[in-house]
Amino acid sequence: MSVYSKSNSFRGGIHPVEEKQLTENLAFEIMPNPKNILLPLSQHIGKPAIPIVKKGDSVKAGTLVAEQEGFISSPIYSSVSGTVKKISVENNASGFPKEAIIIEAAESNEIELFIPLDLDTVTSQEIRDRVKAAGIVGQGGAAFPTFVKLTPPKDKEIDFVIINGCECEPYLTRDYRLMLERPKELIEGLKLIMKSLGVAKGTIGIEDNKPEAAEILKRNLKNEKNISIEILKTKYPQGAEKMLIKAVTGKEVPPGKLPLDVGIVIQNVGTAIAIFDAVVKGEPEITAALTVSGKGINYPKNLIVRVGTPISDVLDYCGGLKENAVKVVVGGPMMGVAQYDFSAPVMKATSGILILTEEEINSHKETPCLKCGKCIEACPLNLMPTKLARLSQLDKLDDAEQLGITVCMECGTCTFACPANIPLVQWIRLGKQRVLKNQKERISA
Amino acid sequence: MSTITANPVYKLELTSSPHVHSRWSTKQAMWMVVLALLPALISSVIFFGFYQLLVVSVSVASAVVTESLIKYIRKREITITDGSGIITGMLLGLILPPNFNLFFTALGSIVAIGIGKEIFGGLGYNIFNPALVGRAFLQAAFPVQMTTWIKPNMAVDSVSTATPLSAFKFDSIFADISNMFIGNIGGSLGETSAISILIGGIFLIVIGVVNWRIPVSMFLGVIIFGGLFWLLNADQYPSPVFHMLAGGFLFGAFFMATDWVTSPLTAKGMWIFGFGISLVVVMIRLFGGLPEGVMYAILFMNAFVPLINRYTRPRIFGEAK
Repeated sequence: MSVYSKSNSFRGGIHPVEEKQLTENLAFEIMPNPKNILLPLSQHIGKPAIPIVKKGDSVKAGTLVAEQEGFISSPIYSSVSGTVKKISVENNASGFPKEAIIIEAAESNEIELFIPLDLDTVTSQEIRDRVKAAGIVGQGGAAFPTFVKLTPPKDKEIDFVIINGCECEPYLTRDYRLMLERPKELIEGLKLIMKSLGVAKGTIGIEDNKPEAAEILKRNLKNEKNISIEILKTKYPQGAEKMLIKAVTGKEVPPGKLPLDVGIVIQNVGTAIAIFDAVVKGEPEITAALTVSGKGINYPKNLIVRVGTPISDVLDYCGGLKENAVKVVVGGPMMGVAQYDFSAPVMKATSGILILTEEEINSHKETPCLKCGKCIEACPLNLMPTKLARLSQLDKLDDAEQLGITVCMECGTCTFACPANIPLVQWIRLGKQRVLKNQKERISA
Repeated sequence: MSTITANPVYKLELTSSPHVHSRWSTKQAMWMVVLALLPALISSVIFFGFYQLLVVSVSVASAVVTESLIKYIRKREITITDGSGIITGMLLGLILPPNFNLFFTALGSIVAIGIGKEIFGGLGYNIFNPALVGRAFLQAAFPVQMTTWIKPNMAVDSVSTATPLSAFKFDSIFADISNMFIGNIGGSLGETSAISILIGGIFLIVIGVVNWRIPVSMFLGVIIFGGLFWLLNADQYPSPVFHMLAGGFLFGAFFMATDWVTSPLTAKGMWIFGFGISLVVVMIRLFGGLPEGVMYAILFMNAFVPLINRYTRPRIFGEAK
């Protein structure tokens, strides 16, 4: 590691208003079960799950309702006990309507669990199988099936596990609260990940705006020689995989490569705790921890809700929207998705629901590019957003490809920084999709 | 931006991420520049009298009117409130000699906006710094008036004088550095008082409107290139401090070269740009036919900006070094 410089940060990035004070001191509340749940078959990256129940079947919380299809996929469990009402195409938070199983909740609250495994004697294979069976997906936003990350190709040697406790998105305090309230489970979860990968060393990366969380974890890590805490600079997007690896180890993941190509596996705080719950308590992934925040909701909260709970139920539970609410976002303010249909459900990887007001959005009128270079200075991947956006606008896709448009991770830093308020990342996103499509066609041709 | 009714009560915005934005807008940044130019404007009034306020006002008014007229003819939205026309007018006014003819001022301002900016498509598309285009035009059209300097300090009769640069060039006299620092010297309105330029310039750097790399690279450049000749022969060549305080160097470093539109996009490009300007300035001052070269140096380097941008693409994160 000597050729790399460790900096506890990365070049570029931005400092959005954090607004974490709205929820950071609120302990998790468990929200009562909703009347209906809606389980999209695709709550993860990869192939949608295949339903194995039909209308009228009765299920318990923890009953398998859809099976994993293929390697990169994830099974789905009912999160309440009740009756399957129908399987139909429904809206979800991604904005693309997909098939979903709708279950009417019963009064009773029966639950079906896996056999709990012993923390000390559990084997690496048992951990992987359990993570796969429990339907755990990455909680960092992308919802990548977790067991795939724990099953690296044989030719890749993994020597380091990083737990992502940055939570660099403004507003969100879910990971922070999890670190405060469940530090032991987080550390045990990390040890399970290390065991399953046969890795000796792990670390937890935390931004320096969360000293209490770092303190609690340090106290709990007194007797752990192989696990360290890394305090990182508070800067968006510190929690992006490439940025986190750079800050913790100094290594740069090359364009088009994955963390495992540099011998590293990253898991989110929420994912590590879900792994602990699945292995030690036998719980499949049927609850989601999330932050409901923003100046447009009456009672901001940190909540534990059943996967499949409609957003409208969550909003009602938090006292409803204020009159000045103008935008409802699932996820963080930098990368989340704006919603128009509140019947869409909370999914496995939903980390927050934000209700924003005009004042928070702070939008200005778009003006011509003044070539100020602020987007270039801010881009953590050293791209030239203003050029890429312009090339995408002009449909000059070959030039855009050459300038690295496919490297963009769509973190939104450029658009945030742009004083001319040009929708840079939006144009880049469009161009990137077309470039990727062209690349596919080239390969198949 | 599409708004649709999701719920009878709420009209929700549906735009893609990010959903928050920094506090900066083009307009705010422009007004900050106007604010930063005020110390230089005030010092020009202190040293050269109230008439200079009239010069700057005429320059600003002509700029705004020209801009609006061209926008009107081209059937584009009139954008006075973005402040950019006002800045061009202020910048041009502040780099004119004291007691300058008002009609010529207006003419320079019309050229600055018309030829310097709008002909390329308006704000954001111009290649050369508009205010400097206006000044270059005036320099060519009215060479005598553009090089008639008066003594500062509220002289009732305009006593003509030399600038430190022309005194050095033609008479090999070095001006007093402390007078140059406060502005008690002959020169263009806003360019003489180093202290008032520094106040405005540092303010712009601190609030993030001006990128520090351009002024810093210009200073380093003048220390290296100017210092080289000074070390060779201090009697014949002025010191780097003289270079920095004389003529339009400071004003150019903070307010002209740093113009967003006409300076490079990349960090490396900004260094090349700043060093290039200083090299040309020192060459013109020491070996050229003119006493002063900041204006031409910046315009010269403006022309290289597209090329600089092309060859200073940053290394993409993770690419081989």
